[in-house]
Formats: sequence, C-alpha cells, structure tokens
Amino acid sequence: MDAELKAARKQLVADVLSEYPEKTAKKRAKHINVYDEGNSDCGVKSNIKSIPGVMTVRGCAYAGAKGVVWGPIKDMVHISHGPVGCGQYSWAQRRNYVSDGVTGVTSWVTMQVTSDFQEKDIVFGGDKKLVKVINEIESLFPLNKGISIMSECPVGLIGDDIEAVSKKVTKEIGKVIAPVRCEGFRGVSQSLGHHIANDVMRDYIVDRAPPAPEAWVSTPYDVLIVGDYNIGGDAWSSRILLEEMGLRVIGQWSGDGSVGEIENGPRAKLNLIHCYRSMNYICRHMEEKYGIPWIEYNFFGPSQIAKSLRAIAALFDEKIQDGAERVIAKYQSLVEGILAKYKPRLAGKKIMLYVGGLRPRHVSDAYGDLGMEVTATGYEFAHSDDYQRTTEYIKDGTLVYDDASEFELEHFVKTLRPDLVGSGIKEKYGTQKMGVPFRQMHSWDYSGPYHGYDGFAIFARDMDLAVNNPVWKMHKAPWGEE
Amino acid sequence: MASLRQIAFYGKGGIGKSTTSQNTLAALAEMGEKILIVGCDPKADSTRLILHAKAQNSVLSLAAEAGSVEDLELADVLKEGYRGIRCVESGGPEPGVGCAGRGVITAINFLEENGAYEGMDYVSYDVLGDVVCGGFAMPIRENKAQEIYIVMSGEMMALYAANNIAKGVLKYASSGGVRLGGLICNSRMTDKELDLAEALSKRLNSKLIHFVPRDNIVQHAELRRMTVLEYDPECQQAEEYRQLARKIHANGGKGTIPTPITMEELEEMLMEFGILKPEDETIVGRSKKAVVA
Repeated sequence: MDAELKAARKQLVADVLSEYPEKTAKKRAKHINVYDEGNSDCGVKSNIKSIPGVMTVRGCAYAGAKGVVWGPIKDMVHISHGPVGCGQYSWAQRRNYVSDGVTGVTSWVTMQVTSDFQEKDIVFGGDKKLVKVINEIESLFPLNKGISIMSECPVGLIGDDIEAVSKKVTKEIGKVIAPVRCEGFRGVSQSLGHHIANDVMRDYIVDRAPPAPEAWVSTPYDVLIVGDYNIGGDAWSSRILLEEMGLRVIGQWSGDGSVGEIENGPRAKLNLIHCYRSMNYICRHMEEKYGIPWIEYNFFGPSQIAKSLRAIAALFDEKIQDGAERVIAKYQSLVEGILAKYKPRLAGKKIMLYVGGLRPRHVSDAYGDLGMEVTATGYEFAHSDDYQRTTEYIKDGTLVYDDASEFELEHFVKTLRPDLVGSGIKEKYGTQKMGVPFRQMHSWDYSGPYHGYDGFAIFARDMDLAVNNPVWKMHKAPWGEE
Repeated sequence: MASLRQIAFYGKGGIGKSTTSQNTLAALAEMGEKILIVGCDPKADSTRLILHAKAQNSVLSLAAEAGSVEDLELADVLKEGYRGIRCVESGGPEPGVGCAGRGVITAINFLEENGAYEGMDYVSYDVLGDVVCGGFAMPIRENKAQEIYIVMSGEMMALYAANNIAKGVLKYASSGGVRLGGLICNSRMTDKELDLAEALSKRLNSKLIHFVPRDNIVQHAELRRMTVLEYDPECQQAEEYRQLARKIHANGGKGTIPTPITMEELEEMLMEFGILKPEDETIVGRSKKAVVA
C-alpha cells in the first residue's frame, strides 16, 4: 500500500481515539491498528474486558454456550435455566437449519424452553424446579436424546448445584443431562461461553460415549465437521464437497447435529474445524485423548475451497486426493459462470467487515475471488491466535479493530466510505442510513448457504444485490443534490 | 399518631440480638407503644419470645406455597403476641440453597406495599448476624430504619462485628437517612467490658445506650418462650430492659453518623485495654525449626 494512504489510515485511527477521554483512548489504542505486512499478528490486543459506555456489540457466555455451541443440536432440548428473558430474547436468533425431525417431537432447535425463574426460585433455589422441568420435558418430549441446562446469571449467583441435579436425573432417565455453567457475567464476551460449552460437551457426551454399536463399520475416511453451525444450510453445502471427494462425514458439530453424532466423535480419523474460535478446545482434547488430528479449513469462495480440499486430501490417500481434484474440476464451470456474471459488477469494490468467530478473515478471499477487497476488518471476541491467523488473509494497510464500538465503526464507515459493510443486525440500519450498502454476516441476512461452491453462487448474488442495488442512487434528498 | 419510628437491631450472630430486642420491645409495648417486629433471618426465630412459638408462617414460606408473594394477604403472615405486638418473619431458604438476601428484600417490600406499617408507632427489624450481602442491608437503606442499634459485648469478635456494622451504616448514612442509634452491651462478663463498650461507642461517634447485665433469668424466661417482662415483670432484669426501652424511646432523631475505625485502630484499642497482647513481629512466619536454629 502506498505510504500516503497508509498514513491517512493511521490518522483515521488517531482521529477516532481523539474523541475519547484520555483513559479510554489509551485502552482503545491497543485494539485498533493499521496492519503492516510481514508482521505475525495484526498488532491489536484482544479478549479484554470492554470499556463501559462504548456500546460494544459483544454477547455473553450464555450467548456463546447456548446460542452457538449447544443450541443447534437438534435432538436435545436446551433449557434456558433462569428468568425468562435470556431464553425468550435469544429464541431462534441463529438460523441453525435441521435436516429432519418434527419440531416438538424429535427436534427442538426452534423451541424456547425455560425454567422461567420467579422470585421464590431465587430465594429458595431453583434445583427442585429444574428437576421438575426436566421431568416435564421427559414426559412431553419422550423422544429427546438429552437435555442441556444453560445456566443464566442468577443460577450462578445463588449457587444452585446444577451438576448435582444432572447426576441425580441422569441416573433416573439414563440420558445426557448436560449442566452448562455459562452464566453471562463470566468472562469478557461470548468466547468463554464457547469454551465452557466445549468442556461440558467433552465431559458429558464425548468422554462418556458408549462403544460403537456392532453394526458400526469404521472406514479410514471417517471425518467430523466441527464448528459449522449450519447457518442457512452452510454445513450441508460443505458436506456435499467432502462426501464427493470420498470422505465419510460421521458427524456435524453442531449444526444439524445430534447426540449420536457427538458420540461418534472419538471414532473420527480427522477433525475438520471450521470455526476455530468456538470449537478448537474440543479438537485439542480429542487430539490428546483419542489421537485424532485436526485441520482448519475454509469453504468460502473457490480459491479457498480448492486450497482447503487439497489440504484435507493431502492427509489421506491417493483416492481422496484424486477425489479432491475431481470435485474442484466438477465445479469449475459453475465458478466460471458465477465470476463471469458478477465479477464485472463487483470488481474493485471495497468492503469493511466486523463480525465474530472466523468470518472476519475467512470470507476475505471469497470477496477477493469476485475482485473485491477487504479494507478493514475486526472481531467481536477473538483471541490473539485468531489475529495471528488473520495475517494470512489481509493485505498491508488493512485497518483492524478488536471489540470495536459503535462510534468507531460509524466513524470508519463515514470516513472510508466502503462500497459494502458486512456486520450484524445492530450495525445494519445505521450503515444503510449513511447510504452505504450492507449485508448481515452473522445470519447471511436470512439468505445462504455461503459455504461451498453452491454457497458461493448465493454469496456472489447477495453481494451484488446489496452493492448494486439501484436504491443507493436515490438515497439523497432532492434538496441535498447540489 | 406520632410519626412511625423504624429501628433495627444488628450485631454478631449469637450475641443475643433477638433476646435483647424482644425484651426491649416488650418494655416499649408496656409503655403503650404499638409495635411491629420484622424478623429478617431465614431461621425465623426473631419473634418466638413474643409469640410463645417458633417459626410461625413466614412471608417467604407462604409465598413459596402460594406461588408468589402477590398471592398473599397481610393477615396470613401477621401474628399478634404479647401486649398486642405484631410479628412478621421474612423467613427464607434452608441453609446452603437459594438467596436469603433476596428473600429479605422481597418480604420487606411486601410488608410496605400491603400497609403493614399503618397505625404502628415502632417497626423493628431484627437482622441476622452478618451483613453478608445487599439483601441484609435492606433495613438500613433509605426510608427504612432510621436508627440502628448494635448489640455487642466485650468479646473481641463482637467488637469487630460492631465496627463492621458501623461501616455499613456509614455507607447508607451518606446516601439515605439512616443513623447509628447507639450500642447496647449485652454483658458476657468479660474483662473491662463496660469500659471497652464505652470506649468503642465513643470512637464510633456514638454512645453506649445501655449496659445490660447478665442474668440467668433471661434463660429461664427463654426456656418458656417468653420475655423476662412477661415471665417475671417484677425482677431486676425486667427493669433493665425497661430502662433500655425508655432510653431508646427518648433517643428518636438523636442518632449519629458513625465513624468506623480501621482494623489497626481497633486492635490498638484492644491492646490499650489489655485484651490483645502486642504481636511479636519477630516470630511471624518463622517455623519452629527456624526459631530453634
């Protein structure tokens, strides 16, 4: 990047910081940086408590545990344990599609189940009520394969012993009863919730998994999809590619996943991890305990898809390696069609991202394939290892922000005037009111899937819809024309 | 009706808060005052000497049965005892579960909202030993107790506790109207007890309201679930409680903002009175072996 432009970016950061009180500016300065090519990280601090008053968009541990990791498991009933609000306002927030099952009979992903704490439950403790709720679930939904207990803040405050409840009830009903201590006040963001959720999944399902049934035939090509939550069907379009190259997917964690698929975990030959941030913990555990290697992959956009398919195939025999090439070749014409249609409409457009998990880096090359360029990106709840991984994707001079505030984002949008902003619902309307096209990159704006070759077609179309929408030529008031 | 006086008794657990407060309130009732006692202890034993019975239906146990406090009527939880003293227990969970502090808040809100204080001359809160969380500080928050009486003795831990409670009162004195009414020494017959109690009262910018001597008749009365005033109104101990009651009655509006002292200051005071021996700093952190060598 030319020095002048880079200096301007640095000035932009300085301008934003100058608006803060001294102490806040000092703290925030460590979280915003203009990336210098060649550095091994993005030069920002991360996973630190947000500053009160800056309007962070972070969630809480409960959001990470229930909303991300456990919530998508379709044949379990997930109890929001505590007062009604946490469950009610997180109800069906993520579009975790499920492939089979009848809601309320064999699948409960779209349902809101809560212990609905009242004052007396706070005063006298909620353990007895929890037992009652679990028993009610058992009689109402006898086909459930397990129950998770998602602890809300008050449960931790009053010291309820949900582990003891789990132990007692597990004995009685013989199913997975997973107590998840994801009280929202723990940790600095939803990230700790992911970790807690992983630990409980390890202790209450993976390490307790019964031996494989007799009919189970192991193959050398058994893999797990880990950290794909099937937003808009993402995991399905990923699975297609893996199966087409000759692998056998024995579980999806946890998008469209089931207790059985979690229990299959220890039988995998390789773990394929998509969202590193939210599920690396359990991959590391399975590596240590079961000797299962793991590899990160990226199925956004044709260049990353091909790269990932080849990297995965390299860990298998020639059959799979040929399979990968076959898959890449098979979709070549589809890719060419997409690029021919959309690249001319999107090339040269600049994007600003602010998302969670893996997307602030992983979608970068999908935009690149369309000739677009990510000029600014950042994570809500990343750790330093995420920012190290980000350097593989970003160019010199990219603006990087960690736990960005609404003020910072608005200022950057106003000043950089990107052609497209990709972030969440809280950022969407403010950005559009500034006259800048926007796509939600948590929920795919109710579209998707975006993973895989099929997903890339939808991704390209959606970006075109946003960027080239004729409405952006009309958003200025007639009296503001000159 | 004279304006309602709200007072609260605090003090270290086991110091004799409930005994002292019930005897004193019985004496106030003798003087014709209309009294409501609010027991703020999950054990629900703050009113047994007045009612001759332990563990009446508490606000929270009834609320738990009925579903919520909104389902309760005042009459369900109010009981009248000796000389028409009205008694209410907040109640709370069994030890080790739930949140007793929240229970106190719930119960007091219920009583206020349902007009339990109407027509009363005194409301007295009897709060469990240690102010472990915000819930147990409820009675000293704004618009609740105006005067706090700390029951203490000459024992070291009781003095520590008294100083700690003074800290709590100070916190709420600046945000609300609560004041420290004074200290009540419930004698344990320790060395220089009266002097110590007076000295601490002075350091806390307060006063020793009364020194209640130790008398076995209190235990005799307690065994019968009675106050001394009811059991043996003629005895000397009953007279002591009457004196205390008169002093509290005359103390309305005379509470002070306490000046709690630091741990060091408290320890120095104890040393002055010969209760605590000066520490030999040279032995701190040295094992037996090291000392020998």
